[in-house]
This record gives sequence, C-alpha cells and structure tokens, in this order.
Amino acid sequence: MRRREAIRKQQAKFIEENGVICLDNVSKSYSTGSPALNGISLKVHRGEFVFIVGDSGSGKSTLIKLLLRELVASSGQVNVMGKDMAKLRRREIPKLRRNLGVVFQDFRLLNDRNVYENVAFAQRIIEVPGREIRRNVPAILATVGLAGKYKAKTTQLSGGEQQRVALARALINNPSILLADEPTGNLDPKNSWDIMKLLEEINEAGTTVVVVTHNREIVNAMQKRVVTMKKGVIISDEEEGAYIDDED
Amino acid sequence: MKISTFFYTIQQGFKNLFRNKWYSLASIATISACLFLFGIFYAIVANFQYMVKGAEENICVTVFFEDGITDTRIEEIGKMIRNRTEVSEVVYISAEEAWEDYQKIYFGDRAEEFIAGYPTNPLYRDMNYVVYLSDVSMQDTLVTYLYSIEGVRLVRYSALTASTLSGVNLLIGYVSLGIIVVLLAVSVFLISNTVTIGISVRREEINIMKYIGATDFFVRAPFVLEGMLIGLIGAAIPLWVVHYFYGSVLDYAAEKFSMLSHLLKFLPAETIFGFLTPVCLGVGVGIGFMGSISTVRKHLHV
Repeated sequence: MRRREAIRKQQAKFIEENGVICLDNVSKSYSTGSPALNGISLKVHRGEFVFIVGDSGSGKSTLIKLLLRELVASSGQVNVMGKDMAKLRRREIPKLRRNLGVVFQDFRLLNDRNVYENVAFAQRIIEVPGREIRRNVPAILATVGLAGKYKAKTTQLSGGEQQRVALARALINNPSILLADEPTGNLDPKNSWDIMKLLEEINEAGTTVVVVTHNREIVNAMQKRVVTMKKGVIISDEEEGAYIDDED
Repeated sequence: MKISTFFYTIQQGFKNLFRNKWYSLASIATISACLFLFGIFYAIVANFQYMVKGAEENICVTVFFEDGITDTRIEEIGKMIRNRTEVSEVVYISAEEAWEDYQKIYFGDRAEEFIAGYPTNPLYRDMNYVVYLSDVSMQDTLVTYLYSIEGVRLVRYSALTASTLSGVNLLIGYVSLGIIVVLLAVSVFLISNTVTIGISVRREEINIMKYIGATDFFVRAPFVLEGMLIGLIGAAIPLWVVHYFYGSVLDYAAEKFSMLSHLLKFLPAETIFGFLTPVCLGVGVGIGFMGSISTVRKHLHV
C-alpha cells in the first residue's frame, strides 16, 4: 500500500515537471523502410490543447499508437500520465487507456449497438454500477448534443453525429487526456467546426486535448499550440501556431 | 469481477448470437451437419457390431466322450471347461436329450412313425457338452485344449464360421475407428474454421473494445460464451434428429421385418445415446470454446 502511494506521488511529481505526455528522444522503426519517428521529444502539460499536424508519412499516427501503447518505441522514453510505456505490463494497458479518451477519423463505433449502448460500454468495462450508467450516459449525450438520439443505431446517424457519439464515449469516464486522430477527416466543414468547438469546451473543462489533423483552416483559426511533423521529426512547435505548408 | 459484470457478460454472449445471426446460423449448421454424420455413422456401426456379436454368441463347440466314460468324469470335464475364460456357457445334453432333439429336427410330426424302427437309442454314445464361447477368436485354442482332455473322443466345431465372424468383427472395428477418427477430425477442422472466420470478421469490434480500455477477459468472455452456445445448439440439433430417426427405424424394422427379428437385433436407443450424447455435446461445446478462445486471442494484441 505504501509502495503504491509512493509510486503515485512519484508519478504526480513527474507529471508536474514533465507534463501528462512526455516523449524523450523517441524513435520508432518498423521492420521495413525508414524510421517512422526519429528522435522526437515532446512535452504536453495538463490542460493544454495541442494540434499535431503534418503530411501522410510524417509519423503522426505512429505517435498516437505509441501514446496508446499499441506500439512500443524502438528507443527513447515515452511517458503518459507519469507511466513509462516501455515498462507497462500487458495487463496494465487497459487501465492506461481508460485514462485516455480516443476519437478516430472513422469513428470506430460498435455498429450493431445503439448510441446508448456504445457510450455505456465504456462505463461497463470499468464496472460502473448500472444505476450510475443510466444517469451518466444521458448526461454526456446531452453535452454532445445527442440527447434525443440515444436509441438510434449508429448506422442511422450522420458522420457528425457518429463522431459526437465517439466523443461521448471517449469522455464518459472523465479521461485526463483526449487523443483525437483526424476527428474531422470524414466530416463536412460545419460538422468539423461543431466537433472542434466541442473539443475546445472539453479542454476548457480541464481535459488535455491532443488533435492530429490535416485541417489547415481549423488549425489556423483556433490559435492553439501546433506541433508540425515531417518525415518522423518535429520541425516546429509553436504556441498559437499555424499550419506550416510543406515546401518539398 | 462484479456480479453485474458477470451477468452482463452472459447477456452479451446470448445477444451476440442474435447480433450475428447469419454467422451463428452458418456455424450451427456446420456443427450440426458434421455431428449428424458422425451420429448416423456411429449408430450404424454400433448396431452392426452388436449384430455380429449376437451371431458370435450362437457359435458353439460340441464335445463328445469316449465310450465307457463315467458320469463322474463327465462332470469333471464339465468343470474343467467351465473354468476356461473363453467359455461363456456349457450345456450338458444327455444321450436321451440328443435323440429327442434329433427326432424333432429330422422326423418332425412323423416322429412316432419313424422311431418304431429304432428299438433302442441309436445315439446312446452321443451325450455331449455344448460349449458357447465368449470370444469366437479363441475357438482354436479351446478346441486344442478340449482334445487334450482325457475322455474326450470328438470335438465338433466350424472353423470357417468362427474365423469369418472374428475377421468381420475385427474389420468393422478398424474401419469404424478409422472413419470415426476422420469424421471427428473433419468436424473439428470445419467447426473451428467456421468459428475462426466468424470471429475474424469482428476483429474491428475487438479492436474498438481494446482501444477504450477493455480487459482481455471482458472482450473474450462474451465471444467464448457465444462459441460454446453455438457448439451446444449445433450438437443438440443432430442428437435430437438422430434420436428421432433411430426410434423411427427401430419401429419400422419391428413392424415390417418381424420375421427377421432373431437376425435384426438393434441396440436400444439408451445405449447408442449414452455414448453419442456426451461425445457430441463435448465436441460441440469443446470446439466452440477452444475455437473462440484461440481466435479472439489472436486479435487481442492491440
């Protein structure tokens, strides 16, 4: 018990000093081709809103996979919520992911279940009592503007609505970090802006938000921190930055 | 694990059956078809062996004694024969009984007319032991032994019948074992393949669950339960069908071939299904369990 408390304190101290996400000289190579990430270092502090931009093959998706512990870095250190991803045991991965809300470009909803069941599923896996689930799910659906659609099948929803369901699912367990991988990639401009506004509100409520995107218009308009990647390295990291054009 | 999670898992296992109804139907049909073939074949082979065994039980060896043998010696010989492990039954036929049987067989209704020509029992030296075997393949060994007993004059037996039955029995044993093994292997392969394909197409679903922090157990349990349910239903259907047909065949045979009832002796349904039920349910549920658990495991590394 004491040891666990000591570890918790150590992690809190690490987060205070290095942020909720901390990459130190991280490289990732696959068996074929050039390295996907080549010695990148990045710190994201609690409550920040960060855009990660770059062309295809720049290493954005690999970065997200490292943060989700889907991949392990070939060298360097990846810390998420004070935990060293290389030292994380397999059975500890679900616990880490429950602290990370994830939103994908293709929504990744369970299409054989309705809106309510998709969102409730995230609570069931952390064994929240049914009574609380019945209270929490309608509340979070109201937050994302889907209060009236909880019975609908996900396939009956528009792209924007599906992404809101994915957001509700990502948020219902109050994650410390929200990772959004191209959340507007499949949406029209209006829905894209609606989703971004929601992400901004979530960030204002205290959640750290990391958005990987190609959407120049949104990045330039929102005036947030922008990390630009190219061929596996970070070429720019600016507060209130803008989308940098690839001049290759 | 909380009790609510336990019930949720069970509920999801049942729901999965209906969510993926075409896959469930395909899997159940595959399992049913395989186990139906297995059940039919087993029923045929078991009955065939039963009939051959029945025929074997009627094979007997007749032992005749030397002239002037005493009753005490005949009794001693009887005891010696009864002590043999390959012997199932020994019946003593006196000379009088032998003559009566002869009359019945050869003279029939005109016995009185014919026996007038025999003032004394012509079979006075033909009292004998009729020896039934528990294992027909041991007939030669028994005959050699019988000839070695002092006081035995003649041993009558049919070497050809015994060796034919023994050979047929052995052949059925090998062939049926081979076919059952092949059928079971094909069933295991087809069923596990169906389960594998069914779960593989839901890889995306497993990935999503893992991305949002579900434990391996939480992801796996409903799939495993689903696999076991499919196996159970897939095994229960052919068992019911084979049971129904078996009863019908028995009734039909009893009605249409009553004159052959001494030849066509069928095993009772309880004997057949005493074996088939646990084997089919075990194969169905076992393959459903193993197939789903191994397939889901492949997709859990996300």
